[in-house]
Amino acid sequence: MSRVPLPYGPRILELFRNPKNAGAMEDATVSATAGSPICGDVIAIYLKIGEGDVIEKATFESYGCAANIATASILTEMVKGKTLREAWEITWRDVAEELGGLPSIKFHCGTLAVGALRRAIRAYYEKREKPPWLPEEATLEEKQALEAERMGEMLSRRMGGGEVEQPPR
Amino acid sequence: MFSIEELLKMHGKAEREVYLDLENSAPVAPEVLETMLSYFSEKAYGNPSITHKPGWMAYDVIQRALENFRRWLGASRAEEINFTPGATEANNLALIGAAQRNKRKGRRIVISAIEPLSILHVSEHILKPLGFDVVKIPVDEEGFINLDSLDEAVNRETILVSLSAVNHEIGTIQPLKEAVERVKDRNPEVIFHTDASDAYGRIPLDVGKLSVDMATVNSYKILGPRGIAALYVREGVEVERLLEGQLGTQRLWPGVENVPLIVGFQKASELIFKDFDGRTSYMRHLRDQLIDGILSSISGTLLNGPREGRAPDNVNISFLGCEGEALTIELSLRGVYVSSGSACTRRLLQPSHVLMAIGRRPEEAHGSILMKVSWLHSDEDVDYVLKVLPEAVERLRGLSPLKEG
Repeated sequence: MSRVPLPYGPRILELFRNPKNAGAMEDATVSATAGSPICGDVIAIYLKIGEGDVIEKATFESYGCAANIATASILTEMVKGKTLREAWEITWRDVAEELGGLPSIKFHCGTLAVGALRRAIRAYYEKREKPPWLPEEATLEEKQALEAERMGEMLSRRMGGGEVEQPPR
Repeated sequence: MFSIEELLKMHGKAEREVYLDLENSAPVAPEVLETMLSYFSEKAYGNPSITHKPGWMAYDVIQRALENFRRWLGASRAEEINFTPGATEANNLALIGAAQRNKRKGRRIVISAIEPLSILHVSEHILKPLGFDVVKIPVDEEGFINLDSLDEAVNRETILVSLSAVNHEIGTIQPLKEAVERVKDRNPEVIFHTDASDAYGRIPLDVGKLSVDMATVNSYKILGPRGIAALYVREGVEVERLLEGQLGTQRLWPGVENVPLIVGFQKASELIFKDFDGRTSYMRHLRDQLIDGILSSISGTLLNGPREGRAPDNVNISFLGCEGEALTIELSLRGVYVSSGSACTRRLLQPSHVLMAIGRRPEEAHGSILMKVSWLHSDEDVDYVLKVLPEAVERLRGLSPLKEG
């Protein structure tokens, strides 16, 4: 339960202050969200996909901490101009690296952003022929996004006055 | 991994700096600092237990301070005051010391669901494993303790009750006198401790009139130095020391007395008590300016804690659709320093236990911001916060995929 000050790098703080590609996209080809407001972080990724399955434009929305905003923002920068296949290959570690490092307790921000991106890519292929490189099974990042959402549900079900013990008589 | 220096550089020069995180640390008031300085190396630097001039001078300073604190707290004797190196230490001493010393009389300890961690964690992580039975009584949606639950929790086995006079996060002023009466009616043997860290210097507090047996008071929360607090222990109440070593003037805390900090704590108290009504109504004025200003200018806000029966310095508001950690950083970049009850820095753990106990939903707690005002703050400080806060909230909400509410 320690509250050591988060050693955010300047890249994270800069992207937090001046995020690139922020906001919903009206003409997005596809979009997806990951996370739970109950856990305190949600990321939405919007993709505009052009010919050859190339990402022409990507934007994000984020409800969460500074690292959450920065990871979502950097990811939208990283995927721009990439094919969906190339974008699929991006891992949370790549995102962390691109940010100049992520404090360990913020790793989940990276997985959430990548989880949202992969969901968007899967959504795109739902109505199209599924390419052979798209795995059937959920990847680590997708699983972690799902886990966060499940935890949120669990927490919300457990609500109602916190953990107060009734005194035994 | 990163240099904090770079992070600090990115802050640039804010138009104004307003420090409102008095819950977690605070600047020392200038008069306090000035008073303390000469005690580091010019005077009374001796050990008060040794027979030489600097020692006797230190002894004299401490005796005068104890007498002042006795008066400010409404204690009967100066010996009932014990200085400790902080409120955490004072609370540990009160709980562990009283429980261990009185364990033959019973095993039950009663606290509330919203106690600070130096009460909650001591009870759960130290006393429980030692075989004590810890009962947490619930509070209502404004943080007031449920007196009927208190009645039910206190039985013949109960040796210790610890309830804060004022909640540290949401400022709820507890009906302490009534709580003490009820507890003593059920079992007159119970030792009643109160963490009065957020009451001292902000609401009238008289340990004699309240009939509490132990009380913790803290220095930095009234702009005194950090590293000093005091535990009042009524004469006759048996408490075991936590630490052993050379005993000096403090019966319950060994080691060399920290005279400069004691002098600073004394000065900070004096500055409040010389005009208690004036100082506290001024804080109440600033508090209300902040609360009213925020609630009226920003939508999707919730006041945490009561409106009536609230400490004069406490402002705790949830900004829905805003994550608290992001908001503290956003405000920091604009020169306003606050803290949050968000769980963000503690993955898998719940947000503030206080906000959970008053029935806030996690997403409401994640957006909570705690601010405390002092007599050093000005109307201009409040105006600046009221100017900057809506911009900060608006920017973060603008980034969010969640729609407000």
